[in-house]
Amino acid sequence: MMTTLLTLLEQNIINQYQKGFPLCSQPYKVIADELNSTEEEVLSAILKLDDAGILSRIGPVFNHKKAGSSTLAALAVPEESLDEIAEIVNQFEQVNHNYAREHSYNLWFVVTASDDEALAQVIEQIEQLTGYQVLVLPMEASYHIDLAFNINFSQHQLGGH
Amino acid sequence: MSSLSSQQQHLQENHRTENMQNEFTAELLSANQLQKLREILECGLPHVAQPYLAIAEKVSATEAQVLAQIEHWQTDGLVKRFGLVVKHRQLGYKANAMVVWNIADEHVDRVAAMFSSCPEVSLCYRRPRRLPHWPYNLFCMIHGTDRSIVLAQIDAMVEKFSLQDIEKDILFSFKAYKQQGARYGKKGLTNG
Repeated sequence: MMTTLLTLLEQNIINQYQKGFPLCSQPYKVIADELNSTEEEVLSAILKLDDAGILSRIGPVFNHKKAGSSTLAALAVPEESLDEIAEIVNQFEQVNHNYAREHSYNLWFVVTASDDEALAQVIEQIEQLTGYQVLVLPMEASYHIDLAFNINFSQHQLGGH
Repeated sequence: MSSLSSQQQHLQENHRTENMQNEFTAELLSANQLQKLREILECGLPHVAQPYLAIAEKVSATEAQVLAQIEHWQTDGLVKRFGLVVKHRQLGYKANAMVVWNIADEHVDRVAAMFSSCPEVSLCYRRPRRLPHWPYNLFCMIHGTDRSIVLAQIDAMVEKFSLQDIEKDILFSFKAYKQQGARYGKKGLTNG
């Protein structure tokens, strides 16, 4: 297993700019000024995080409720066909997260679409293509969302693969 | 739920009033430009020194218009945060547990508030039960570096909040097949 060691600059960028990324003409320069670095160094740090597969993207995280229709969904499939079924589900661009989990419902994914009708169509297509009934679990109330949690870099080694 | 087009109208109206005192005295973007801007942003900023300018060129707008629009979406609540989206697995957070609980309806808000006060809980949602297959109505997500630590955290929550008799299940993830931002934009094109 390869180990990715992050520089202090990279760690600070991750911990400080998961929200409040500068909205101005030269955002990387603003970050550089705040972190005592240079625009070039910040940009190359971002590129490195991207290359290492750590950075998914820099951009907005939409409020699902306001942005359209979405739901958590799950399938219970035989273990030996999990990879195959996961590939079928992944083909849908409306599926943005898809994980295998330890349970009889072993494939868990999030479906997002422009509206409820479009969402229902995707679910139906997934059922037809996989042959399994989808467990549909839309959010009814959101109590707490903190996706931009602070990563404690001193606690552990970083592993990539 | 309001349709995308009425939302856009709403945005544009707000935008218009805000523009009067805004330093960006930019022209409003058309519905098509808004749609395209959203699609581009969903894929992330380009890694260049002036990313908003690069995006502005793609939607035939000015940099000031793009910046004002993103600020507006943030104020409006459509965008809940704007910044780096990281892949936690790649950072060593590989023990990702979805803990699901069957909490009596009359207690669910109170229990959810207790869960939300725990720093290790990153998400907490209520979802419908689907009987007989799925009895759970409260979901919380715990990301950790190590399975045993996460299990100990869950035990501590059970102890602290006296949930020993509550039916629950712990679903650790063991493979990420896909992890990307939501793509609402695509299908919405016809709404523009």
